[in-house]
Amino acid sequence: MSTPKISDAVAGGVVSTVEQTISRRRSEGGGALIGYLPVGFPTLTESIDAAVALVANGVDIIELGLPYSDPVMDGPVIQAATQQALANGFKLRHGFEAIRAITAQVDAPVLVMTYWNPVVQYGVERFADDLRAAGGAGLITPDLIPDEAGDWMEASIRTGLDRVFLAAPSSSDARLIQAIEASRGFVYTVSTMGTTGARAGVDAAARILVERLRAVGCTSACVGLGISTPEQVREILGYADGAIVGSALVKALTDGGVPAVARLALQLAAGAQDIRPASSPG
Amino acid sequence: MSLRNESLRLQSGPYFGEFGGRFVPESLVAALDELTAEYELAKKDPAFAAALMELHRNYTGRPSIITEVPRFAEYAGGARIILKREDLNHTGSHKINNALGQALLTKRIGKTRVIAETGAGQHGVATATVAALFGLECVVYMGEVDTERQALNVARMRLLGAEVVPVKTGSRTLKDAINDAMRDWVTNVETTNYIFGTVAGPHPFPAMVRDFQKIIGEEARQQVLDLTGSLPDAVTACVGGGSNAMGIFHAFLDDADVALFGYEAAGDGVETLRHAATITKGRPGVLHGARSMLLQDEDGQTVESHSISAGLDYPGVGPEHAWLSSIGRATYLPITDDEAMSALRLLSRTEGIIPAIESSHALAGTLELGRALGPEATILVNLSGRGDKDMETAGRYFDLLDEGAEQS
Repeated sequence: MSTPKISDAVAGGVVSTVEQTISRRRSEGGGALIGYLPVGFPTLTESIDAAVALVANGVDIIELGLPYSDPVMDGPVIQAATQQALANGFKLRHGFEAIRAITAQVDAPVLVMTYWNPVVQYGVERFADDLRAAGGAGLITPDLIPDEAGDWMEASIRTGLDRVFLAAPSSSDARLIQAIEASRGFVYTVSTMGTTGARAGVDAAARILVERLRAVGCTSACVGLGISTPEQVREILGYADGAIVGSALVKALTDGGVPAVARLALQLAAGAQDIRPASSPG
Repeated sequence: MSLRNESLRLQSGPYFGEFGGRFVPESLVAALDELTAEYELAKKDPAFAAALMELHRNYTGRPSIITEVPRFAEYAGGARIILKREDLNHTGSHKINNALGQALLTKRIGKTRVIAETGAGQHGVATATVAALFGLECVVYMGEVDTERQALNVARMRLLGAEVVPVKTGSRTLKDAINDAMRDWVTNVETTNYIFGTVAGPHPFPAMVRDFQKIIGEEARQQVLDLTGSLPDAVTACVGGGSNAMGIFHAFLDDADVALFGYEAAGDGVETLRHAATITKGRPGVLHGARSMLLQDEDGQTVESHSISAGLDYPGVGPEHAWLSSIGRATYLPITDDEAMSALRLLSRTEGIIPAIESSHALAGTLELGRALGPEATILVNLSGRGDKDMETAGRYFDLLDEGAEQS
């Protein structure tokens, strides 16, 4: 059985809207801006409003985080937000409710970022079915490597959901190829060795890693971790297909509510325009 | 599954039955691969084994002795009870066995900084100790709740030159200390080795930590044979993550007539929500890099555990224990705070040995087991640590402190 390649935009009879969006942004001369927010923070309603505001202000793809008790890839800002969401009574069903509410209002793809145990406990097959039914585009799985993802590969192929695996500066070339072959949508390119959280400068490691991914055939690499400004978005989209902003948006939501998220999204989106002449091949 | 003709002792991960694996961020895979490869080489290197054995002998004081405890045994239906005295090791518990092994491995890999998580502080003290011995920079993550109830061990680690970071997230106990240690490792993996303290976590830790601890059972099996002329009827140990239990169980896994009992912390009781009885009350799930048994809610959120003993206050358990339970080779039973504290006092007063609260769970279980097995039985108990660190907790629990003494 051949492993599905990232370029196979059609699986299970469903087109990857994430790949379509990335390719549209490329043809427009820009790059994809991906915005992360956790469900249930500060409340379920506000998290839905904030996600809608992201898209209304130029974010192309939503990364919706499901709060989890032990988020080892997350830094202090997202930890605090997701811990509050859990304290407020977040349940997995709220995640599906949020996706329904968001996709009813905007037509940007919604990828779910989740640690693996909640999916296992919900049931991998059932999770895939309910995510598809709610209108979700797929999963970003920070603590699931392709080596352990047999159940998820099967369920996502059956339902046509995207699978976003991570590539790290420390990954060997063999592992980069494995991530590319296992992923659909994009490969989450970890900009630096560390956890989520704004950083003053984006590591040179990000550019090197994208170059390494390209060299082994990656056609869709989005960079995340430590990106918080329009300048950083512009710099990254100079060489990558997408830029992922998380902690900065969560901090804006914490400090200034939905209006602050909208303002920051608008600024970030400006960084994602006019990267290169429109319609040039990416 | 046919296990009849297979040695149970040959399991070396990544999976033990359906348990184990590597559920980690991609950033850590290279470090785990490197550690696995280097450990495989070290296992075959006689010089590595010799260096470790030299440290066991002349630094830790191994082999640890066994002590028969007849006055204590009178309360256990007259069964013959023999303690494996890991409490007499340098630093006061079995944790030093593993810390020395992993420190030697750190030197071999060429890293200069080590990190560790700790609950009761025993593994933190052991890691701080070996870091001092080998000249390594050392940072220990410890839940804020645990830094308070194990203040003496915090002082010990700092005296040894380690930095102790109180972890203020989540339940502020061992599970959150592991999260923060993993975050540190993800960030500093180039210079840093994670000296993991128990038989949990991603491969290779469950197999590697067990291998560094299995000397306990190897020594004890021969010592009991020499003393009694036969193998014990049962071997008992307390189980948090499960390293001292795997350490003493491993040598007996293929001795079908030797029953194995692990005692989990039942806190206020397994009928309440305040316990840490992972195998008794949990179900399979993924935490800290491995699939194992886990205390969790219906959504897979980890549930906070509770135990008077910081070292057993963990909602997970090593995957090899989950497997031994699933195939019926070992039995895991809950022991409440009160039962453990009562056994702590009983051993102190009948034998003049003050055990750690963790190990007291094994003693309490053994009292019941002895009454069930009868006076002909011989039971080997892993006395995994000494109680010095627990004097404040015991002082409060038994009201032993003079008024005002807590301030002085």
